[in-house]
Amino acid sequence: MKRSGMTGERLVATFLLGCVLLNYPVLFLFARRVTVAGIPLVYVYLFGVWTLLIAILALVVERKRS
Amino acid sequence: MLRGWVIVAVSFAYLGVLFAIAHWGDRRAEAGRSVIANPWIYSLSLAVYCTTWTFYGSVGRAASSGIGFLPVYLGPTLAAALWWYAMRKIIRISHAYRITSIADFVASRYGKSQLLGGLVTIIAVLGVIPYISLQLKAISGSFAILLHYPEIVMPAQAVAHHAFQDSALYIAMILAAFTILFGTRHLDATERHEGLVAAIAFESVVKLLAFLVVGAFVTFGIYQGFGDIFRKAQEVARLRPLLEVGSAGAGYGTWAFLTVLSMLSVMFLPRQFQIAVVENVDENHLAKAIWLFPLYLLLINVFVLPVALGGLMLFPAGVDADTFVLTVPMSQHRQELALFAFIGGLSAGTGMVIVETIALSTMVCNDLVMPVLLRLRWLRLNERQDVSRLLVNIRRLAITAILLLGYAYFRIAGEAYALVAIGLISFAAVAQFAPAILGGIFWRSGTRAGAMAGLLSGFAVWCYTLLLPSFARSGWLPHSFLEEGPLGIWLLRPHQLFGFTGLDDISHGLFWSMLANCAAYVGVSIARRPGVAEASQASLFVDVLRHTQSPERPPYWRGSASVEDLLALTGRFLGPERAQEAFLALARRRGREAVAELRPDAELVHFAETQLAGAIGGASARVLVSSVVQEEPPGLDEVMDILDEASQVRAYSRQLEQQSRELREATAELRAANARLQELDRLKDDFISNVTHELRTPLTAIRALSEILHDDPRTRLEDRRRFLGVIVKEAERLTRLINQTLDLAKIESGSAEWHTSELDVAEVVREAAEATSQLFRDRGARLSLRLAEGLPRVRADRDRLMQVLVNLLSNAVKFCAPERGLVEIRLAERGAELRVEVQDDGPGVAPPDRETIFERFRQAGETLTGKPRGTGLGLPISRRIVEHFGGRLWLEERAGPGATFCFSLPVASPGRAGATTMVTARGG
Repeated sequence: MKRSGMTGERLVATFLLGCVLLNYPVLFLFARRVTVAGIPLVYVYLFGVWTLLIAILALVVERKRS
Repeated sequence: MLRGWVIVAVSFAYLGVLFAIAHWGDRRAEAGRSVIANPWIYSLSLAVYCTTWTFYGSVGRAASSGIGFLPVYLGPTLAAALWWYAMRKIIRISHAYRITSIADFVASRYGKSQLLGGLVTIIAVLGVIPYISLQLKAISGSFAILLHYPEIVMPAQAVAHHAFQDSALYIAMILAAFTILFGTRHLDATERHEGLVAAIAFESVVKLLAFLVVGAFVTFGIYQGFGDIFRKAQEVARLRPLLEVGSAGAGYGTWAFLTVLSMLSVMFLPRQFQIAVVENVDENHLAKAIWLFPLYLLLINVFVLPVALGGLMLFPAGVDADTFVLTVPMSQHRQELALFAFIGGLSAGTGMVIVETIALSTMVCNDLVMPVLLRLRWLRLNERQDVSRLLVNIRRLAITAILLLGYAYFRIAGEAYALVAIGLISFAAVAQFAPAILGGIFWRSGTRAGAMAGLLSGFAVWCYTLLLPSFARSGWLPHSFLEEGPLGIWLLRPHQLFGFTGLDDISHGLFWSMLANCAAYVGVSIARRPGVAEASQASLFVDVLRHTQSPERPPYWRGSASVEDLLALTGRFLGPERAQEAFLALARRRGREAVAELRPDAELVHFAETQLAGAIGGASARVLVSSVVQEEPPGLDEVMDILDEASQVRAYSRQLEQQSRELREATAELRAANARLQELDRLKDDFISNVTHELRTPLTAIRALSEILHDDPRTRLEDRRRFLGVIVKEAERLTRLINQTLDLAKIESGSAEWHTSELDVAEVVREAAEATSQLFRDRGARLSLRLAEGLPRVRADRDRLMQVLVNLLSNAVKFCAPERGLVEIRLAERGAELRVEVQDDGPGVAPPDRETIFERFRQAGETLTGKPRGTGLGLPISRRIVEHFGGRLWLEERAGPGATFCFSLPVASPGRAGATTMVTARGG
């Protein structure tokens, strides 16, 4: 694969980031009775983090093809 | 009004489209223009992960636990990030060694163990068949609901069917036909099904679209967007808990456990392994899938909670939340939408069933049936020339059996808890493969016994904490089993094992089973060293990224085989033509014209084995190949190398030591060579300065006398004649000097020409005496010859030998006593050599000069002041010549006046020159 030798490490870092953001206790911080435009905060947070993770994965994987 | 025939017709039309796509995909594959060879199709086909359990079940889960449905999809997202290391390695291994199922993978890793392969197959079948039942139930249930349109009637309340009126049976049969048609068209060594994968990718698109359309309809059609739904849900008291994670502790524990569980199952579910690994065309496709697959999961989940909340608000209690995707559009009288949702569910169900069935049938055939057949009826199989048809038929039978078993379980379990809860229980079953597989690709020391112990204990605990309780809840086991534990032993209650409470059933079961599994795997593995076969396979798997630089080379193998045997064996299972083609392709790759020209070496054996492994699994292939090949177990050294990483390190350091020693030696040699070069350079400089000096002396004389003759025309005739005589003599000396210098240079550089022949030395001595007789006469000296008769011949160059003798004689005559000098030359045999002595009665050579006279341009006495009497090159040249003939030239140490120069020549052969009389002559 013609990708940076760092790709694997970056992906593992993304994995660890996801593990931290999507679990107790960080997740607990967002599990409040607060709504964003009517939507519960935790729902917005989860889908936000999810989208962010996918974006990072895409960025890392597609980044180096030279 | 949706009539039954419309639904059936649309369903069949959909299946027809699937058939067409699969057919088209296969046709393209045969033409070499693969449709699935791109990362987008690969990522879409991975979405076979989303079954009806996702399509209908997610909403149901969300309706009871809020965002609790999410970990099942967040886990795969996280797992995808690790695919770079784990999945890529698994794919590389599987492609290199033609691994075609998860059972084959585990069996191959642990020394090609048939027992392990069988165990994995049994676990997979037991764990997954109920999951297939769940798909059949969902499809037939959704069909039943749609049939009652516009009424909303739950399937449980619907008319109980006779088996032949049961849509699930027909669905199972149609799916079996489809799977057989596109899954077992022929036996391929790679076990790839391009058309099928294309169809699966299409199904993924359909189910995603269907869910998005329904979700968008609920969110934006019935309500005014996400905010509106959530705001309205907040107002309903019973819905409020769904919008929170749940009380800390149990809620978050479950969350984490489910994430881990889904991370493992997305890699080790047989259908995921089939699509991600076996059907993978190019491992580079994995890269894009790392983000595309999570994106798919995100999209299919965006509307789950809105649909769940919408359904809960729309319907009174009594409508199963699992059916909301279908029933919400129905309640709004959107029959096309409901039909589309039904098709989406159908695609989710059929995709899963087809791929899962193929994966299971490969496992059942290769790791369960074939090993038994090969063992029990080996002789009868051996008689068959072509077993490939038998293999295909076993697969077809397995597919039918698996689907019928799925249907049977559906009929038996029906609405029982055992079927409803099977999704996660099934996940927990395949999660048991994780330690053996992940350990197998990253940990060298994992052994067969360890994997066996891990799988057995994990599976046993899974049965006890998850499967049996689900039976108990379905009423097939006494309920007291759950409440009071088996035989009333309270500590062994399956849902609170050892009194452990606070986790939900799935997390609880996963915890204990994985604990038992990992502990047994690691514990047993480290208790005993792995065997040779295991260690060899371990090294192949763990170091696959290194080994696959040359993928066709097995590292440790010794034995003998024949090409015909291997070809015949491969042909029996792949079909003769396919085997012939494969071998021919290999031969061409190696630059040979025909199969017969292949060498039956380790590589060929390995090639045959991988080909067979693709068709019947690694473990069986091993057994078959070893039946036609005489193999020697690897030697002790190889085994040690495999076992001990330390020995590798030792080998490296040994190598390093040796290299540094060699380097030191080379340096010393270089230094010596350099010193020699410098010495030679110095000698050359000396030589040149000597030569120029020696040349200058005669030149000076010639020039001085020539100038006198030129400048003074009044020189007397007598003087002129004398001067000219000197000039001529000096010119001759100059010529001689140059000739000798050239001669010496030639001899020393080895470019001189030698005409070696056998010759009689006495004869040459006489000639030399003759040649120098004038010199003797001029000096008034006498030469006496004392030559022994009948001497053996020597091998030498006549002219060169002459040169030596003349040189010695002329030296002798130069230095012998004036007027009545006597020079004696003697020739005699001494042992295996002839010796020539030339003695004069001159002043002799002073002890300090005895060796230096053999150096170039050195003459005895003071050359600068005394008149030089020679060129100073005669003796060095003579010594070189004699040494060339294998002899020596030296100055004899003896008392008395005069000098005696001796040289010896080795005797050529037993042949003698003349009479055998030997006269020993000694000079005095």
